[in-house]
Amino acid sequence: MVHDPTQLIICDYCDSVYHRPALASHQQARCQRCDAILARHHFLSLDQLLALTVTAGMLLCFLLFYPVLLVQTRGQTHSATLIESVVALIQGPISIMAIVTAFAILVVPAMQIFLLLWILMYSRFSRRAPGFRYAMLTLTALRPWNMLEVFLLGAVIAIVKLTGRLEAMPAAGLFALGGLSLLLIGIAGRDLHLLWEKLP
Amino acid sequence: MTPPTARELHLMQCHRCRLVCARASVSDNAEHSAQYNFRQSCQRCGTRLHARKPNAIARTWALMIAALIFYIPSNLLPILHTSALHHDSTTTILGSVVALWRADAWDIAVIIFIASVGVPVTKFLVLALLLITVQLGNTRSRRERTKLYRLLELIGYWSMLDVFVAALLAALVQFGALGAIEPKAGILFFGLVVILTMLATLSFDPRLIWDSQPKNEQ
Ligand SMILES: [Zn+2]
Ligand SMILES: [Zn+2]
Ligand SMILES: [Zn+2]
Repeated sequence: MVHDPTQLIICDYCDSVYHRPALASHQQARCQRCDAILARHHFLSLDQLLALTVTAGMLLCFLLFYPVLLVQTRGQTHSATLIESVVALIQGPISIMAIVTAFAILVVPAMQIFLLLWILMYSRFSRRAPGFRYAMLTLTALRPWNMLEVFLLGAVIAIVKLTGRLEAMPAAGLFALGGLSLLLIGIAGRDLHLLWEKLP
Repeated sequence: MTPPTARELHLMQCHRCRLVCARASVSDNAEHSAQYNFRQSCQRCGTRLHARKPNAIARTWALMIAALIFYIPSNLLPILHTSALHHDSTTTILGSVVALWRADAWDIAVIIFIASVGVPVTKFLVLALLLITVQLGNTRSRRERTKLYRLLELIGYWSMLDVFVAALLAALVQFGALGAIEPKAGILFFGLVVILTMLATLSFDPRLIWDSQPKNEQ
């Protein structure tokens, strides 16, 4: 073994070993054997990442209070926020699903945003955040369980399902939800592990 | 020209922080053991390193069979109870697809059908295919099978759609004269199927597909 292991990259899917490639913008490296994406050019600086995380935090706060959908009937207006959707499940006969839903659309996104803010605020002052290791490990474990984009599609389908019976329409929260789910894919997604290297 | 594998070079990648670590002790016995586990931790994040996910095949089978069992009640039991002034009705997943189709909302019917029947059935078939071919040591179309695994990762949680639609409908429609919509037990089983198949996908190790070498290469 002549090579420095940190300069190597291993394919997650087929165990092939490569030298870490130098990538220009919009380039990505693919595995020769199994065609998996090995590495992507990362275009966000730490400050940009922090700015996007703050934006995501504001969108989430907005979503706590503003509804995703509205229903209007005879002058009455009913609305559904993220929290009200979870509460509706608690009241039904299947309250266990309320825990799962609360986790997938509230707890996981909130924890992702909080942990990223924690790490990136310290990095702003070129310091490693206390508990950096645990924060990063938690972020990695949370990644597959954020389901905001599925909830977004669910809201669109709920509108269609109600047409004919009730007048349902999208509210401001639906657009915030779209923005938040895109932001979280970008900032807490597959390239998260790069923070280990950027913040040694 | 194929690239070398981490196993040949005595390397392991940490599955959490993705640091490439050199394997500390390489004994010939361990080299040929089926499990390929070593008592070594990642220098950077402290996670126990392993060359392959532990007990991947048994765990994936167990989680997949559990999901398959729950998939039966999730289709048979009602997912929603709708009470209106003059009539009550309950719908199952397939019933709601048929109702939407008849109501000319065929696009939504197709989306719901894909999320609640297409995606879970695809997951069961692909998982079974991957497990059986790996257990048989099959060396054909390994690249395509790896792509199938990535498809599993991609479609993973989209089946939660039905659960979220039920939650939103129940939150919006719960008032007097217009009736109320209440989620029923079918949704619970369906949610469990989604979670179990996601866990099954996470516990499978696609590198096993590449571990059995074609005989003429060796
Ligand atoms: Zn070399
Ligand atoms: Zn590969
Ligand atoms: Zn590690």
